[in-house]
Amino acid sequence: KPPPSRYVESSFWNFDALFQPQQHPARDAHDTFFLTQPAACRSCPEEYLERVKAVHENGGYGSIGYRYNWKRSEADKNLLRTHTTAVSSRMLEQLARDTQATGEWAPKRYFSVDRVFRNETVDKTHLAEFHQVEGLVADKNLSLGDLIGTIHMFFSRLGMKDVRFKPAYNPYTEPSMEIFAYHAGLGKWVEVGNSGVFRPEMLRPMGLPEDVNVIAWGLSLERPTMILYGIDNIRDLFGHKVDLQMIKTNPVCRLGL
Amino acid sequence: MPVVSLDRDHLFGGLEKKYTQEEFEQLCFDYGVELDDVLEEDGRTVYKIDIPANRYDLLCYEGIVRALRVFLGKDPVPEYTVDNSAAGGGLQEMRVTDAVAGVRPVVVCAVLRNLSFDERSYQSFIDLQDKLHHNICRRRTLVSIGTHDLDAVKGPFVYDARAPEDIRFVPLSKENEVNARELFDNIRSNDIHLKPYLHIIENEPKYPVITDSSGTVLSLPPIINGNISRITLNTKNVFIEVTAMDQTKAHIVLNTVAIMFSQYCKNPLSVEEVKIVAADGSSSTSPVLESRECVTNLSAINKLLGLQLSLAEVQKLLMRMGLKSHGDEEKEEVVVAVPPTRSDILHPCDVIEDVAIAYGFNELPVQPPPTISLGKQNPLMQLTDKLRLESALAGFTEALSLSLCSREENFGFLNREDNNSGVTIANPKTQEFQMGRTSLYPGLLKTIGSNQKHKLPLKLFEVSDVILKDPSAEAGARNRRRLAAVYCDRVSGFEVIHGFVDRIMRVLDVLPAGTPRKDKPVYHLEPRDDPTYFKGRAANLIVAFDGKPVVVGHFGVVHPLVIKNFKLSNVCSAVELDVEYFL
Repeated sequence: KPPPSRYVESSFWNFDALFQPQQHPARDAHDTFFLTQPAACRSCPEEYLERVKAVHENGGYGSIGYRYNWKRSEADKNLLRTHTTAVSSRMLEQLARDTQATGEWAPKRYFSVDRVFRNETVDKTHLAEFHQVEGLVADKNLSLGDLIGTIHMFFSRLGMKDVRFKPAYNPYTEPSMEIFAYHAGLGKWVEVGNSGVFRPEMLRPMGLPEDVNVIAWGLSLERPTMILYGIDNIRDLFGHKVDLQMIKTNPVCRLGL
Repeated sequence: MPVVSLDRDHLFGGLEKKYTQEEFEQLCFDYGVELDDVLEEDGRTVYKIDIPANRYDLLCYEGIVRALRVFLGKDPVPEYTVDNSAAGGGLQEMRVTDAVAGVRPVVVCAVLRNLSFDERSYQSFIDLQDKLHHNICRRRTLVSIGTHDLDAVKGPFVYDARAPEDIRFVPLSKENEVNARELFDNIRSNDIHLKPYLHIIENEPKYPVITDSSGTVLSLPPIINGNISRITLNTKNVFIEVTAMDQTKAHIVLNTVAIMFSQYCKNPLSVEEVKIVAADGSSSTSPVLESRECVTNLSAINKLLGLQLSLAEVQKLLMRMGLKSHGDEEKEEVVVAVPPTRSDILHPCDVIEDVAIAYGFNELPVQPPPTISLGKQNPLMQLTDKLRLESALAGFTEALSLSLCSREENFGFLNREDNNSGVTIANPKTQEFQMGRTSLYPGLLKTIGSNQKHKLPLKLFEVSDVILKDPSAEAGARNRRRLAAVYCDRVSGFEVIHGFVDRIMRVLDVLPAGTPRKDKPVYHLEPRDDPTYFKGRAANLIVAFDGKPVVVGHFGVVHPLVIKNFKLSNVCSAVELDVEYFL
């Protein structure tokens, strides 16, 4: 049962549940759209919230945690979701509850293609809203090799057969890998996505079984499209300034055909 | 992502190798940093390197070179030590009064002995503090750093909070003594660099202040240091004080500054402790340099990486990442000594990532993806895609407009009253993002507005979400999926939109009311009084689900005022309906 789409989300689901610490640059008003109305969410699942608070403050599940004072008021702040991983957190928590209810584990594969919001200055390559593609696999004993293999298959379907991985940092994945593909036209390797294995500090408070790993990867929709089609202004692709003549005359997409 | 600027030749000197740009990019790629930009500045080549946000130990030349040299096998894992031999009789002391508890409670300190700075290392020292101030210190609000020439002042030091009028000193780079109140007024009027930090402390009744035994002010955290204790190229002994709201971050910051520059001490990589005496008399020392142990299971490492490494092999890989460890053959565990520079290591998974980096992400064995299962879209998306197809087949062109708009566009331009039904943004950079749209009309009409030269008629549709306030939703708001279409021509085209509505109803298996059918929804139209539309030329679309009528949408000829507001040159008819009723 996929949750209904929501652009407005609480900081709890968008950040805290993902083990992204409060007082982190991304949560700043610079990068995130906070709301004046409704300013705070009405409720959060209280028991789960306590476990999230505990892992931020003191660690647990093998972690030393961030060791700072976690504030409920920060978690309650509403925002326009900054990544589709906010949806993944809800889906995984639901999966954990379902697993506990039935006592049976069934692997899951999720994907989403949806809109996210960042409070950035608008320019040729940045809008305040854009789309992200995200995939995740939750199963027992998944390895980094499974993630790499899945990514190879995914990107080769998009016409990118040659991908390489670079160590990176996300607050909620470890290991984290940036995905690079070779762009023949530009003659260089360009970043096409991000990926990783979700941290135990994120998965264990949800109640997912200990041997379950969740591998995930994501990319933005606009940037690879711009590279592929040689478009240098994002407003030519998305928003009211798009030229309808382009829409009417663009040929069929043959990617993957 | 923080960026560190390094002089290329200085960097290669530190690494003892002249790389080509490609070679260096590859090294960065393998290690996990990125050469973001290459510039020419004053005849020298400057490399701008992107550093991951959690690696405070890589935020300066000293840290980057040290880490890369270890990664390349040029140096062993550095050992950081405490050396109090120069403290002679007793450690320097920082005595804390209880006045700071309510304003900026935490202070930790360290001493770097017998140091020698040159121009470059001095600048690097300043830059590191700036970067830390900007990142982990959250623009000094959480933590701030003060560095001083220890020989210009005399301990024991006191960390107190006093009324601004009672704090008098000569601030850094100034000549005249002022009190804190005067200083703040000066900064407010004249100093654009420091002005953004005043708010952190200016409304407090007492300001935090650090003084020495003769009352000389070392610093006024988090704003500015005193001039007397300023560091110069002749400084031999450095006193570092870090004040903060957060104990954990204070230690991370102190460790970073002290450890990075300890390489310039006569006893390299050593730091001298300072005794911190709390208001209640209890004492502790800082910095805390002991390594923490992180135990990682060998089979967990191999399982996650798909390898079969031995304990010895894992340890060797970890050495390249600056992590010393000992192996427990019996328990099959690697016990890593996490150095004080690696505050990013929270859990064994952080150690496993380092093993993978040293091994090489691109060398890891690749698995074919686990068994493929049948995937499908969620029901709303399936329905959305079908409606998009049917709308296109009806001759309409798809638009994709922005969810954020101004209040004016969402209400006033549509000739609608501003009834506060939308979600509003607290910190928009421009008026264009004041709120989330509650209708698809502004986006579609703006798209027409941007395409005035296009051949007529213009037929646009969009199937997308609007955001509505909803007190029953967990976040207090929810999305609703709408389908909207606009017909723009020299004539209104009401009948075209009407035909489109009929067509959409047909493909959704909703037939006109009066058609005999059991168990299936039927629809009819009723006149609608709505200022967005021309009076008398608007209708409500009402569908009876199980006999219960619901207004699922409305359509009509767009009012001339609306046309004028969106600066269109032709007339329009439009429809907007809620798709979710049909799920």
